[in-house]
Formats: sequence, C-alpha cells, structure tokens
Amino acid sequence: MNTVAEPIAASSPTGALPSKLMVNDLNFYYGGFHALRNVSLAIPEKCVTAFIGPSGCGKSTLLRTFNRMFELYPEQRAEGEIMMNGENLLTTKRDVGLLRAQVGMVFQKPTPFPMSIYDNIAFGIKLFESLNRSEMEDRVEWALSKAALWNEVKDKLKQSGNGLSGGQQQRLCIARAIAIKPQVLLMDEPCSALDPISTGYIEELITELKKDYTVVIVTHNMQQAARASDFTAYMYLGELIEFGKTDDIFVQPKKKQTEDYITGRFG
Amino acid sequence: MAKEHLSTQYDADLEEIRTRMLQMGGLVEEQVSSALAGYADGSSPLLDRVKATEERVNQLEIELDDRCTHLIARRQPAAGDLRLVMAVVKSITDLERIGDEAAKIARIAKQMHERGIVPLSGFSDVRVAANLASSMLKGALDSFARMDADAAQQIVIQDKHIDNEFRSLLRELITFMMEDPRTISTALDIVWIAKALERVGDHAKNIAEYVIYVCSGTDVRHTSGQPESTALG
Repeated sequence: MNTVAEPIAASSPTGALPSKLMVNDLNFYYGGFHALRNVSLAIPEKCVTAFIGPSGCGKSTLLRTFNRMFELYPEQRAEGEIMMNGENLLTTKRDVGLLRAQVGMVFQKPTPFPMSIYDNIAFGIKLFESLNRSEMEDRVEWALSKAALWNEVKDKLKQSGNGLSGGQQQRLCIARAIAIKPQVLLMDEPCSALDPISTGYIEELITELKKDYTVVIVTHNMQQAARASDFTAYMYLGELIEFGKTDDIFVQPKKKQTEDYITGRFG
Repeated sequence: MAKEHLSTQYDADLEEIRTRMLQMGGLVEEQVSSALAGYADGSSPLLDRVKATEERVNQLEIELDDRCTHLIARRQPAAGDLRLVMAVVKSITDLERIGDEAAKIARIAKQMHERGIVPLSGFSDVRVAANLASSMLKGALDSFARMDADAAQQIVIQDKHIDNEFRSLLRELITFMMEDPRTISTALDIVWIAKALERVGDHAKNIAEYVIYVCSGTDVRHTSGQPESTALG
C-alpha cells in the first residue's frame, strides 16, 4: 500500500511535507450539537502535530474522528472527508478494527489490560498477525524498546501491567499501540495523569516515535505542545482557528485569538 | 558538565546557541586582531577583512537572537538554563558592538595610513591598551566556554587597568597636542582608537559578568565586581 499521500499545496503551513491525513470540511455532531465546524487541515507525515484549545473546543473530538472512535456511540456522526492513503476513513468499507490497527490510540489515563506485561503487548498482535513464539518475543521486545520501557520491565514480563508506575503504564500503552505497527499514533492527553519526570520521558519518546510514525497529540498543556510538537492547531468552539508550525504559533501567531490563548489572556 | 535533560533535543538546542555564540566570539576576536595588525603595519587586506567579517557577525547576532527567542518560547528554560539563554542574548549584543569597535579602528587606521601619517615613534602607542583589550576579550570568551566564574572575575578586575591605561594615554596625547598642534590630527585618531579599545574592554567585562551570573546566579553588574554571595553551591 502506498503510505505517502500526495504533497499538499505549498501555501499550507506544512509546506512541501507529504501529508498523512487530509481533513476536508469535517463537521461533527453529538446528536443535535454541532461540535466541529468545517475543519480542514493536513497532518504531515512523520511529524508531531498538536491540537490545543480550551475545554470543549473540539480537539479530542477531532482526534477521535481519525480512527472513528465516535462510532461506539450511535448518536454521534461525522460528515466530510478524512483522507489517508487515498481513501476516506469516514466512508471506507474496511473493517474498523483494521483501521484502528493503522491508526493507534493512547488515552489520557493509562489503560493496561489486566494481564501480564508481555500479554498486554502480545494481545493486539494476535488479533492481526500470526507470529510464532520467537517472532512474538522479538516483537514484544521491539515494541517495549521503542517505548523506552524494555530495560525497566525485561525481567518481569510475566508480572501484571497494573504493577507498573503511572508513567510506565502509559509507556506500556504506547508500546501496545505501536506493537501492531500503526501508521498514525493518536494521543489524547497522554501526560495529564503523569508527574513531570514521567511526562519528560513520554515527550522524549514522542520525539523518537515521529521518526517512524505520524503522531497527533491532544493536550491541555500548551507548553507540552511547544516542547513536543512540530505543528500546532489552535481550536475554539469547534473551529480550527489557526494551524501552523509550532515555532510560528508560539512566537508570532497570525490570529489575535491564538495569541490571547497562548499568552493566557483567554476569557 | 551539567547533567543532561530528559529531552535530548533541548540539550542540542542549548549546545547549539552556546556554540554559535562562541563562534561569533571567535569572529569578533579575529576582527579585533586584524584591525590592530592592520593599524600597526597598514596592511589594507587585513583592514578590509574586518569590514567583511562584520557582515557575518551581524548575521550571527540576528540568527542567535532568533534561536534564543524560539528556545524560550518552546522550552521555557528555568534556572541555570534560563540564565544561560539570557547571558547569550546579552553577550551577543556586546560581541556585535566589539565588532563595531574593531571596524571603527580599521576605518581610522586606513585613513591614517592613506594620509601617509604613520604613527610617530615618539607618540605613546596604543600597544598596551590593545594587548589588554585583546586579552580581556579572549579571557571573557574562554571563561564563557568553560563557565569559569573565577576566570571571569579576573576579567572584571582587568577592566580597571584598561581604563587607567586609556586615561594616561589621553593625558599624554593632550600634552603632545598642546606642544605641537601639527600632531593634533594624528593624536586625535589615536585617541579614537584608544577609546575604541577601552570600549572593547567594557564589553568583554560585561560578558565576564554574565558568566558569573550564569555560574552563581548573582548579578555583579554595577557593583564592586565581587559576587556578594554565591546563591548556588
């Protein structure tokens, strides 16, 4: 499968970078509530893109459209296009499980399965691939190493994932998500339940992961967006207010609304 | 060597601004030495090189300001990191001005040599002030590179010597001018050069004071030069 989307227009803030996800005129409804309004943006491949904005601005909603997580709730619907590898993710007939294998997700609170560290990783892989024992062991080690957790857990793989610290659990969840080799990794407030040191580890990990994956992160923490992302989108009341290079957004945003938000003058 | 950050990119960004600042310092040192060598022997290529280097120094100043602005916006540096970034932002202004002083010396030297007025051997020369200014600049940059507050302290003290040297040179030149008005033009040129060297010393002292600030957290500007107490052990 062709994993490189066509380059987007040079006038876009992402310039000539190939885009992994192209969002065109996306509208989203929670029943009668119009939560996303004509959102269009291009998420560049193998970069970190952050969504920032006040609570209720639609940033998590936007993130959850990328792997159709909203379909778990019947009253929620999305209209528009989210193009990845030439297909519209919102209308594709492909199995949604396969889609979510390609577009992995890490949540706000660490959500290890109530099983061993090893099985936490192996569980998802078994759903999509049939690996023999040594291949599986290699894959588990690879995923845990990628998530910068291997050295801490290699001697206790059979122990429960719940016995790890919060930061380790979150890295376990990241390892679980990348074990099935997704193309995109969505992170919904991945550090909001973590202490500053664990946050530092996760942010450094995000920087490492972008070499192989397209990372999209939702964060309440503007400084985290400034530190960890290449591109930043500021959203407010369901609209995309400004999207640009993180360097530009945090030094010279084009919109007054963005400036007010990132300088704490919001409200 | 300070412990590394969790973010390797942050380390790389800080190291980059430090390295670029020292690179800018190297260029400025070269400007000063070329200007002084050109003044001594009238070498036109050397004096022209000072002007040519000024462009690169100016560009580096702009680039470093931009890097520091982005680093502050993206990393929110704290404590020693913040002091380092602030010291770089301030030091590059001093470095750029040292570059301007070097260009001034080169310009005056060129005019003097074009007029065919070689500094008279009977005149007091600026050699002592030139050596002091060059050594202060080198010392300030070395102390920055090694983050050596003790070495920086020595530079701060040396500034008094160059100030004294300038004053005694001025007195001497005034005497020459009073005794023989034909020397006024050359003597004034030498005064301007000596004043430029005294300014180089002032800027080098500023850089040394920023080093003390980075190392100890104490601001020794406009004091006797001694940190009252080292806030950090």
